[in-house]
Order: sequence, then C-alpha cells, then structure tokens
Amino acid sequence: MTDLLHRFRAIALAFLLTAATAIPAFAGPFEDAVAKFANDDFSDSDEAVGIIATSGNPQAFAVITALQEGRLSADPDSKKVYLTGTDGKVTDAATGEAVAEVPASAAAVRLNNRLRRNIESALGGLTLMSPDPAKRIASAQSVFKSHETAMLPVIETALEKETNKTAKQAFTEARAAILLYKEDATEAEKIESIAVIKSRGDQDALALLTSLPADQTVGVARSAASAVTAINSRQTLWSIGQNAWYGLSLGSVLLLAAIGLAITFGVMGVINMAHGEMVMIGAYVTFVVQDVIRTSYPGLFDYSLLMAVPLAFIVAGLLGIVIERTIIRFLYGRPLETLLATWGLSLVLQQAVRTMFGPTNREVGNPSWMSGAFELGQITITYNRLWILCFTMAVFAILLAMLRYTSIGLEMRAVTQNRRMAASMGIATSRVDALTFGLGSGIAGIAGVALSQIDNVSPNLGQSYIIDSFMVVVFGGVGNLWGTLVGALSLGIANKFLEPVAGAVLGKIAILVLIILFIQKRPRGLFALKGRAIEA
Amino acid sequence: MTPHFLTRTLDRSATIFLLVVAAVGILIPLSNLLLPADSPLQVPTYLMALFGKYVCYAILALSIDLIWGYCGILSLGHGAFFALGGYAMGMYLMRQIGSRGVYGNPILPDFMVFLNYKALPWYWYGFDMFWFAAAMVLIAPGILAFVFGWLTFRSRVSGVYLSIITQAMTYALLLAFFRNDFGFGGNNGLTDFKDILGFNIQADGTRAALFALSCLALIIGFFVCRAIVTSKLGKVLIAVRDAESRTRFLGYRVESYKLFVFTLSACMAGVAGALYVPQVGIINPGEFAPANSIEAVIWVAVGGRGTLVGAALGAVVVNYAKTVFTSGALAPYWLFMLGALFILVTLLLPKGIIGTFNAWSESRKARNNANADSAAAEDGVTKPHLAEKA
Repeated sequence: MTDLLHRFRAIALAFLLTAATAIPAFAGPFEDAVAKFANDDFSDSDEAVGIIATSGNPQAFAVITALQEGRLSADPDSKKVYLTGTDGKVTDAATGEAVAEVPASAAAVRLNNRLRRNIESALGGLTLMSPDPAKRIASAQSVFKSHETAMLPVIETALEKETNKTAKQAFTEARAAILLYKEDATEAEKIESIAVIKSRGDQDALALLTSLPADQTVGVARSAASAVTAINSRQTLWSIGQNAWYGLSLGSVLLLAAIGLAITFGVMGVINMAHGEMVMIGAYVTFVVQDVIRTSYPGLFDYSLLMAVPLAFIVAGLLGIVIERTIIRFLYGRPLETLLATWGLSLVLQQAVRTMFGPTNREVGNPSWMSGAFELGQITITYNRLWILCFTMAVFAILLAMLRYTSIGLEMRAVTQNRRMAASMGIATSRVDALTFGLGSGIAGIAGVALSQIDNVSPNLGQSYIIDSFMVVVFGGVGNLWGTLVGALSLGIANKFLEPVAGAVLGKIAILVLIILFIQKRPRGLFALKGRAIEA
Repeated sequence: MTPHFLTRTLDRSATIFLLVVAAVGILIPLSNLLLPADSPLQVPTYLMALFGKYVCYAILALSIDLIWGYCGILSLGHGAFFALGGYAMGMYLMRQIGSRGVYGNPILPDFMVFLNYKALPWYWYGFDMFWFAAAMVLIAPGILAFVFGWLTFRSRVSGVYLSIITQAMTYALLLAFFRNDFGFGGNNGLTDFKDILGFNIQADGTRAALFALSCLALIIGFFVCRAIVTSKLGKVLIAVRDAESRTRFLGYRVESYKLFVFTLSACMAGVAGALYVPQVGIINPGEFAPANSIEAVIWVAVGGRGTLVGAALGAVVVNYAKTVFTSGALAPYWLFMLGALFILVTLLLPKGIIGTFNAWSESRKARNNANADSAAAEDGVTKPHLAEKA
C-alpha cells in the first residue's frame, strides 16, 4: 500500500514536473506576467506590463509593442498567450516558440486608456535598453526633454552599461536634466548638471535652463544664468552659420542662373532677355528625360539628372546658336534693340512651352541621392542644395578652365577685350559670337536642370530669375567671371542675412535699392574691365 | 516770336496729329452723349472707356519717346511712374468713397478696416482734397524720377545698365506694393471707386468728360514734347543721344539735361496713370510689373522712335490689336504675335511705322528732286560750255 502510495506520489511528482516544463509560464516572473494577459482583466494586464518592462527579458519589447498594436491574443482556457508578428508568424508570447496558428478560442488582449499610457511609458523605458544605439539615443533625448525624476534609476543603470560614445553622452545629458530638476539634488550636483547641459548648447538645453523653477540656490541660479548667456551667444553663431549656408546656397543658384548671362553680356555686349527662358527649357528637358525614364526604364531614375545635363546643354546651346544666327547677328552694336528683340523672343518661347506642356507646373522628381538632409552641428543641410552648390562650382571651374586653356576660350577673351583687333588677327569673330552665345545658352540650360530640383517647373520659371541674374552681372561687373562669382555669392548671403531682420520681401527690396546705390559708386560693377572696352 | 515758335513747333504731321486728337476728343464724347443709342454713329460708353485707355497709353508712350527717342535713355521702368500717378489718383478716389464702403467707415478705406488699421497712415493725409491729389500725381513720380535720375545720371550710368536698373526699380516697387502692410491695398490694389469731384464715376457724362480730358492731356503733352524737341534744348538732347561723350566735352552738363527730361517724362507718365485709373476703375500692383514697362517701349518702337506722333500711334495700334486678338479665338496666340512684333520691328522696321513712312516720303521727294535735276542736266548736256567742262 505504501508502495503504491509512493509510486502514486512519484507519478504525481513526475506529472507535476512535466507540467511545470510544459507550462513554463510558472517558471519566472516574465512568464508569469505574460500569462496574466489571459485573465482578461485590465488591472492584471497593467501589472503584467510593469513586470515585463522591468524583467529585462529579450522578448519584452516585442510583447509590449504587440500588445500596443493589438497583435497579442490570449486563450482564456489554456492561459496561453500568442503573439502574431508583423510578418504574420505566430509565436508563444512567453517562450518565443513558433506555433502553427492562433487557436479559435483565443481573443485579442483588450486595452483601455490607462493601459495605453502605461504601455507608452514602459516602451520609453524599454527603448533605453534597446540593442539599437539610435533608438537608445532617441529615448535618451526624450528623457532629456521630459526630465522625469522617476526615470533616474533607469538612466543610471543604462549609463553604466552603455558602451556607445554618442549614446553615453545622450544618457549623461538626460541624467543631468533629471538632476537639475530633481528637488532633493545637492547644489554641487545641480551645478555640474548645468555644465553638462551648457556644453550641449542647443535650443532644448536653453529651454531647460530658462524654465528652471525660481526657488534655486544663488550658486545654481548664477551658473544657470551664465550658461544661458553662453548658449545664447553660441546659438547666435550657429544661426549666423545657418544663414551663411542658406546664403551660399542661394548664391550658387544665382550664380548658376547668371553665369551664362555674364558670358553673353561680357563677351558680346548682348543683353539676352530670353536667358531665363533658356533656363526654363533646361528644366523642361529634365522633365522630358524623367518622363521617358519613368515610362520606359524606371530603374534608371537615379541617373535621370546625369542624362539631362548634357541633353539640356545641347538643346539650349543649339537653340542659342539658332537665335544668334537668325536674330542677334543683325543687331550687334544696338544693345537696346537687342534687349527688345530678345524680350519678344522670351515671350514666344514661354508661350511655345505653355502650348506644348500646358501652363501648370510639371512634376520633376529628386533622385534618391538628392533627397533628404543631414545635420552639421546645428546647421541643417539638404542634399539637393549641397549638390547644387557642388555642381555650380564644378560648372564654374570648367568654364574658367575652358576660357583659360582652350583655343576657343582664348578667342573669346580676345574678342571681349578688343573685337576689331581680334578680327584683324584673323579670329572669325562671327563664329566666336555664335559659339559664345551657344555656350551661354547651354549653361543656362544646365542651370535649368539644377533649378528643376528646387523650383517649380513652369513656363514662368525663367522670369523669376532674370532680374536677379541681371543684378548679379551688373553688381559683379561685366566680362569677368570672378566678378559674377563674387557678385552672386555676396548677393545671396546679403539677401539671407537681411531676410530675418527685414522679412523676405523687404529684404529683396533693400537689396535692389542697395544695388542701385552701389552702381553709383562703381558704375561698371565690382570687377570692371579696364581700358577701351569701357566706353563702347 | 509767337508765330515763329508755333511754326517751328508744329510741322505738318504734328498739326495733323493735333487736329485728329482734338476732333476725336470732341466728337466721340458728343456722339456718346447726344446721339440716340440706336444710331449707328453713337459710340457706346464701353468703347469710349476703351479708347480713353488707349489715349492714356498714348501719353505714356509719348513720355517714353521723349527720353528714348530724343535722349537715348531707354527706361524699362516707366510703368512705375504711370502706376504712381495712378495710385495718387486712386487714393483720392478711395477717400471720396467715404462712408459708402462695405464697412461704412468715414475715414478708412475698406481694405484698411479689413486689415485692422486703427488710423489713416500719414501718407494718406491730404488725399481727400482733389488739388492735393492732382499735385501728387505730378510730384510723386517726379520726385522718384528726380532722385533716381540724380543718382544714376551723375555717375554716368547709361545704356543697358540704366535699362536694367530701371527695371529693378519697378520690380522693387512691384514687390513693395504687393505687401499689405505697405498701406496701398496690397494685392487687390485700390478699386470700387464711387465718384470724382462729386460726379458719379460710372455716369456717361463723367466718362465723356474724362475721355475729353485725356485727349486734352495728350494734346498738351504732345505740344510740350514738340516744343522741347524743336528747341535748342531738344538739339542738345539729340546730341546726347547720338554722342554723349562729345556733348560733354563740348561743355554741356549732360546729366542736367538728362535729369530734366527724365523727370518731365516721369511727370507725364504720372498724368497718364492718373487719367487711366478713373476710366479703368482699378489700380493694382500689377501695373508695376516690368513686363508692362517693356510693352510700353515696344509701342514706341512700333510707331517710330523719335517721332512723337509715331509713339502715340503705336500705343493705339498695338493696344487695339491686343484688344482684338485677346478677346477672340486667337487669344492663345497673342503672346506669339506680341513676341514676333518685338522681334520683327527691331529687325525689319527699326524706324517704326512713322519713321519708315517719313524716310520713304523723303526718299521719294529726293528722287523727284533728282529726277528734276537730271532732267535739267539732260537739257544742259547740249550746252557746249558744260560739255567742255566735263
């Protein structure tokens, strides 16, 4: 009998043991907590979220996000909890073992608002431990802004374990923010925190320091105040940097638009009012290239601009040569008439494009390598602006080299300096004129490719640049590309520095007035040609 | 003195022009007012307003021809002076609305109430008086032109540089007037006028009077321009146009001459604008657009630069064509035509309609003279002493 009893107990024990291994929910706090979801009780679920968040179990993050997104279901009979992954695969939430499918008896774990809030704060704590350093940094940043005293122990443990340098810095800053606002922190701790926050030096740090409660000790208040001034002056420097970047970017756009004009105006003394339309045609070439690529070779989209640049140069350049041969040629020595004729031409070209492509804006996309932005310190730099700056500089350098080292460049310079003497030396000035006009127009065309990335591609695209381009050329001085460079960049930067002070429109008006006054002092621009070319 | 002055000022084409304008200025209003509406000779009010607009444009064209045709200053910003004169008149008309506006404010125009102005901006003071507004029509463009000209002519900015700078000037004003806080109604400009000098601005009688006044202004403007260009002053201006440096070396103060004629021209453009606004019923910043100014230059080029009569004629012809073509089925092609006009006139008709006609009639006269001479010479061949000389 005892034997039988023994045997029974042994069997019972064995059964219990197998049961224990079979239901690992009873094996640890994490598993216990997960099983609580099956109770279909909000306070049980709430408790479970708290336990899971602090359990340190690698499954914890997945379970809580699944709960938040309604992908967690529980079977009230078997007390099993199932997790449907974002990829549709079902696992046992407690063990992480794969399960064929969620049984029909299981229902999604329900949420209420209190639970949702707790889930969010639990996730905040969990991401501090996330294996992805970017996520850790992001959650440290959010702690820095919220400076919840309750987060201090979590931050401190995270800080100890942290190996990534940037993340460590973020945790240190978050800890400093908490300590600064912690009521029972010592003065020394607070002053140290202020130093950390000061070294961070951005808008958030400033907000943190200025919204400090008034009941601080003298030492804390004083060091906070000095930190605020330090951050403010640094902020001013950064905003100057940001403005300078915007200015450079605007200047490069102006340079790109004006450089072709500088060539035709400088070499030939021709005012080409249709220059803006060449830019517009370049932009439409980009549109057509992208359109063809979209319909026929979608894989090549990232290369669309590379293809559009030579095409735009050729199209606009050839058009320029045709214009020179048919119209401009007959008007040499009559700059005012040239101005009127090219203005008429610009009307015709605009209307032609409007008839062909419609009056509305056409969609020109950014290739992937031109989208997005990155941060340099506190300056935001978008890739398309950066590429345009590089592109402009490349165009400028190539043009400069061409004028300096090629024979056509030499001929162009000769004609610029003294047309009649150049003709006497056997330079075919009319051929040089045609090529120069073609070159200027071609460069306007590739400017259009670049501008299509940052501006609306419409028939009026060129109009918005023509006056600015003329200002650049007049300001920089005719017949000197360096003058155009300096003129474009200084106008761009001056514009962007005036904008925050005076507003965009008044800034622009101020620039126009300043140029009109500047022309007073130097009627031929910054870099004027010397010699006989002046009195034409 | 006076008869000599008159004969010098008015040659045959000038006399014809003045007579035609005077006839139009008298007959059209009379036909509008006196003839019954069903008469074929009656000019409807809308047509009279349209012609009134052309007459204002003709005055603007005259002012451009005076500086471009006779002094070589190509202003691409004359629309700015036209618009300033228009705004001065518009401000008077706004103040005349009084409490009849939508918001019924006796002092503030509607747009100011709408934009939460508490009081009238200082530069609106005085515009409730017609004489003040009329003076400002001349003074505002005049001062701008004087300051602008004083700055540019003194530092010898000329040619295309000047053209570009004038364009920048009107562009800057365009941007400024588009702003709501500038106090000139922003984008919408000034409109909804009720009456002028107590007369209802919509009434046929007022419109007829405005038309007659525009023609009178054209006559006076034309006479003043003719008087200038046929005087000694005009000769200096032509010298400046043809050889600026040489004129300066001869001892003339070129910049003073230019400044005088530029300012005068701006005042004329202002008058044109002031007459334009009550007939059209609106003034908005669009009038400052550089394109408008350039278009006005092409009127002069079409009619004939440096002929005055041609400028006025060109303004009427081009604008009539614009009215015809932009209202019909050809509307999408109007810009092609306007563009082609710019190109063809500069390439093929550099002297414009009147200039080409003058050149043709002169060459015919010369040919007639030559024929007469050669006929005389043929007679003379028989004369032995001439043959001996040959």
